[in-house]
Amino acid sequence: MGSFFHRHGAFTPYLLLAPGILWLAIFFLIPLAFLGYESLQSGLFPDFQFTWELSNFSNGIRDYREQIVRSFVYAGIATIACLVLAYPLVYWIAFRAGPWRNLFLLFIVAPFFVTYLVRTLAWLNILADEGPVVGALRAVHILGPDGRLLATTFAVVSGITYNFFPFMALPLYVSLEQIDPRLLEAAKDLYASSTQAFLRVTLPLSAPGIVAGTLLTFIPAAGDFINAALLGTPGQAMIGNVIQAKFLESLDYPGAASLSFVLMGLILVALLVYARIVGSEKLTG
Amino acid sequence: MTTLAETAPRVRSGLGARTWRFVKRHALTAYALLVVAYLMLPIAVVIMFSFNAPKGRFNFVWQGFTLDNWINWDAVLGLRDAVVTSLQIGFLATVVATALGTLIALAIVRHHFVGRGTTNVLVFLPMSTPEIVLGASLLTLFLNTTAVLELGFWTIFIAHVMFIISFVVVTVKARLIGFDRHLEEAAMDLGANELTTFRKVTLPLIAPAMLAAALLGFALSIDDFVITYFNAGSEQTFPVFVWGIARVAVPPQVNVVASAIFIVAIALALANVLWQYRSAKRTQGAT
Repeated sequence: MGSFFHRHGAFTPYLLLAPGILWLAIFFLIPLAFLGYESLQSGLFPDFQFTWELSNFSNGIRDYREQIVRSFVYAGIATIACLVLAYPLVYWIAFRAGPWRNLFLLFIVAPFFVTYLVRTLAWLNILADEGPVVGALRAVHILGPDGRLLATTFAVVSGITYNFFPFMALPLYVSLEQIDPRLLEAAKDLYASSTQAFLRVTLPLSAPGIVAGTLLTFIPAAGDFINAALLGTPGQAMIGNVIQAKFLESLDYPGAASLSFVLMGLILVALLVYARIVGSEKLTG
Repeated sequence: MTTLAETAPRVRSGLGARTWRFVKRHALTAYALLVVAYLMLPIAVVIMFSFNAPKGRFNFVWQGFTLDNWINWDAVLGLRDAVVTSLQIGFLATVVATALGTLIALAIVRHHFVGRGTTNVLVFLPMSTPEIVLGASLLTLFLNTTAVLELGFWTIFIAHVMFIISFVVVTVKARLIGFDRHLEEAAMDLGANELTTFRKVTLPLIAPAMLAAALLGFALSIDDFVITYFNAGSEQTFPVFVWGIARVAVPPQVNVVASAIFIVAIALALANVLWQYRSAKRTQGAT
């Protein structure tokens, strides 16, 4: 037993790793292989046969192009909205909030403490046709007399924005909080205006936070189906809704499995494009 | 007359400049507070509607204050069972995932071994895979193993341990990296064997990180819907229950349970902030 924890034993790290890594291998990697196997099958439930059915992929992309494009557009808009909402708030917390910092950080994570589905349902109350928001917007004629917010693209995108906001705000905070205030003083001493100091010092130094936040927000947002299901109509259905319905309602496992890989593949492509834009060294930190 | 004509515009521009400076100075604060209000709004709505006395089945419009929903929180069929299942799975999955994740973190930080990079990638991957893919792929595995294991409590447990492990590794790793190895060496020099050193020195030092990881894991577990939903079979956790009843009409008791979870979580978080603040003050006093 003594040698079990021996730091220099050649087998020690593998003994420490074994249970957890086995768990991940059996319940994460092997299932992915099963999903791949499933995606190349054909037939009808419950008699699927493995036939190298590559057409599952081309058919999936052809039949659900609308939902696929919509997922990435919604996720993209929501990610930008999160950035626009989070950056000034987090900047203010990092540089202006003083002793109240921890309290305001708690405000940022507080939505996570309300069950995901319940906080999404709360937007049903807020955006309801009889609710105050719709009433006010109708009164100032932004919405028509029977205009509504629920069951619209706006409702779904704002739901996604709200639900993934902390994923953007927290990495942004970490990067802004690490900035040495003396750097900003130095910029001011060298006659930079506050705008220049922000653009030339603060913004570049917070870039890793922007990159991390964007990834952490975009990836789950692109695969989300809860907001579209609860706040939208089939007209706002995303790729996640299609996968979910195929798996659990129409029992079209090969179709659902191939679309899952399409989703992962497209996220990977989006990441690569993003890496090209921001520079790959920033992406890997 | 001339003086009046001269001063009037000056006053106005002075006022304008002052308002402009006021706006400039406080615009950021106002924006920040507005965003905070936006973040808090749905939470306030959830708590408020837990006290609503809806007239019909729908809990959308405020009708009147009542405590009935809190007193009879389990009056809705299936809600109590779902909450109990959520708590059981949350507890079991957290304990197992915290143990397994801590061991992985110890191996990664303390040892150089062949396959360390691969291990890091394997730990990172589940966190960067969309939940729907995690849930769907596990379901395809479990559909092939129904002879051994039916979909239900234990498949949910397995799924939760799987996705919590990565978060535990990340949390504990961060703590281990800043760890003073001399303390362990001192214990060994004083004749402690390795197991004793681990129990008496290493474990107490990483215990706060393990506790933080466990709390995070528990929060992730009782909040998870997507992965659970795919692998639940006919078993219901609290989020799965909410999903089912959302298609009919959500009773205010659902808001009661969500509010209770929220209040407990906030209380724990505040206690943690206070604890950190006090220990920071204590170390300041010591030096």
